[in-house]
Amino acid sequence: MTDEMSPNEITPNEMLLDAVGLRCPLPVIRLAKAARTAPPGTVITLLTTDPAAEPDVAAWCRMRNHHLLAQTWLDAGEGHPQTLHHTIQTLGDRSK
Amino acid sequence: VTPPDVRTYLDSATVAPLHPAGREALLAALDEGWADPRRLHREGRQARMLLDGAREALAAELGARTEEVVFTGSHLEAVQAAVLGTLKARYRVGNAVVLSAVEHSAVLHAAEHSGAAVRVGVDRLGRVDAGAMVERLGSPGVALGCLQSANGEVGTVQPVERVADAARAVGVPLLVDAAASIGHAAPPPAWDLLVAEPRAWGAPPGIGLLAIRAGTRWISAAPNADGTEKVPGTPSVPAALAAAVSLQAVVAEQKQRDAHQRALTARIRAAAALIPDTEVVGDPDDRLPHIVTFSCLYVDGETIVDELDRAGFAVGSGSACTASTLEPSHVLAAMGVLTHGNIRVGLPAAIDPAAVEAFCAELPGAVHRVRALLGADDL
Repeated sequence: MTDEMSPNEITPNEMLLDAVGLRCPLPVIRLAKAARTAPPGTVITLLTTDPAAEPDVAAWCRMRNHHLLAQTWLDAGEGHPQTLHHTIQTLGDRSK
Repeated sequence: VTPPDVRTYLDSATVAPLHPAGREALLAALDEGWADPRRLHREGRQARMLLDGAREALAAELGARTEEVVFTGSHLEAVQAAVLGTLKARYRVGNAVVLSAVEHSAVLHAAEHSGAAVRVGVDRLGRVDAGAMVERLGSPGVALGCLQSANGEVGTVQPVERVADAARAVGVPLLVDAAASIGHAAPPPAWDLLVAEPRAWGAPPGIGLLAIRAGTRWISAAPNADGTEKVPGTPSVPAALAAAVSLQAVVAEQKQRDAHQRALTARIRAAAALIPDTEVVGDPDDRLPHIVTFSCLYVDGETIVDELDRAGFAVGSGSACTASTLEPSHVLAAMGVLTHGNIRVGLPAAIDPAAVEAFCAELPGAVHRVRALLGADDL
């Protein structure tokens, strides 16, 4: 976990969002909706296939002051498109 | 809603409306320059004279010698000839092509097709890391360096002089793609190969420009070139003449147009920046005078282009759904800015400030409507 967590917190909330097959900006909108209600420190895993999601999720994290922990392309098996796994931790100003 | 009868064309970054002087030259040359310029009869000689005159005029505007200028069928063909011909001539050195990550897709594709492309990153404004590019140019096996004079999507001016000095010092030829800047800024200060896009200054389609500096090693990669040029075929003489005449006209007006266009693009930048969650991208100062680009969060590029089109405004976009490939703009991605909800404005040479005001007034509502459509107006 990151150093922003206080010692008495055990594990952060976790959330999985599936935006496979959705075209931008829909994956980012789905992510923003989830982040708006999630407690700060929530770790969101977002799955996407649209190539625009890679730059756009990174830019959204920067604009909204959330923490982009990782972006990893994973093979989903034969016949399936590659899936990008984004790991985001909500850290920003939730009033936005 | 009835469609507006007034159209405002704001997509001149790549294709500008036909310049009146170029149009006149085109029509005259259709009558006088239709013959084959390789023929020795009077009709052929007349076409040849027009072609040579166009070459001489364009060379003067580009900062080239007349014999260095090659007419191609398009900007794309000029880029491919420049890259492939240099790789062919320098195959003993290696096949690495060092280029900025924000070059025109024609440059990226040509480099990847025939060589080993080495992309150099850019900063958030879209400017190439000149230090990294200089370093890469000095590594072994580099056949060619490529750097645009300015970026056609975001307007940011590139450090051509510094990179050209470094390339010359290590003996690597530099291709400068001046597609976005010719007619809007002084010609690039240094190059070994230069390409230009006549449609961007109001010339008709069907013509492209390549200049190869005397002494630069270059061998045509095409099977034969038995026309008037170093590339296959013989160019459209009317289009070549129209390209020359329109560039002369555009350059003559450039100084007085510059301040006017900068004021209008600054106005659009300010109006876009006031829209919530909108990022205006590209260098605010060291940029081409006529280009503005911004991206709106939670906006679909195709829908916003349609929405503005219905309101009478034609704009460009780097968003994936507006491209034939469904890939987002590699320029915006390399800059680390939003690729969705992208709007690209390129002011034409003749633009009414009232039309720009009307565009600025239309923009916030159009963005809001598209967000509401996606259920994203409260995010």
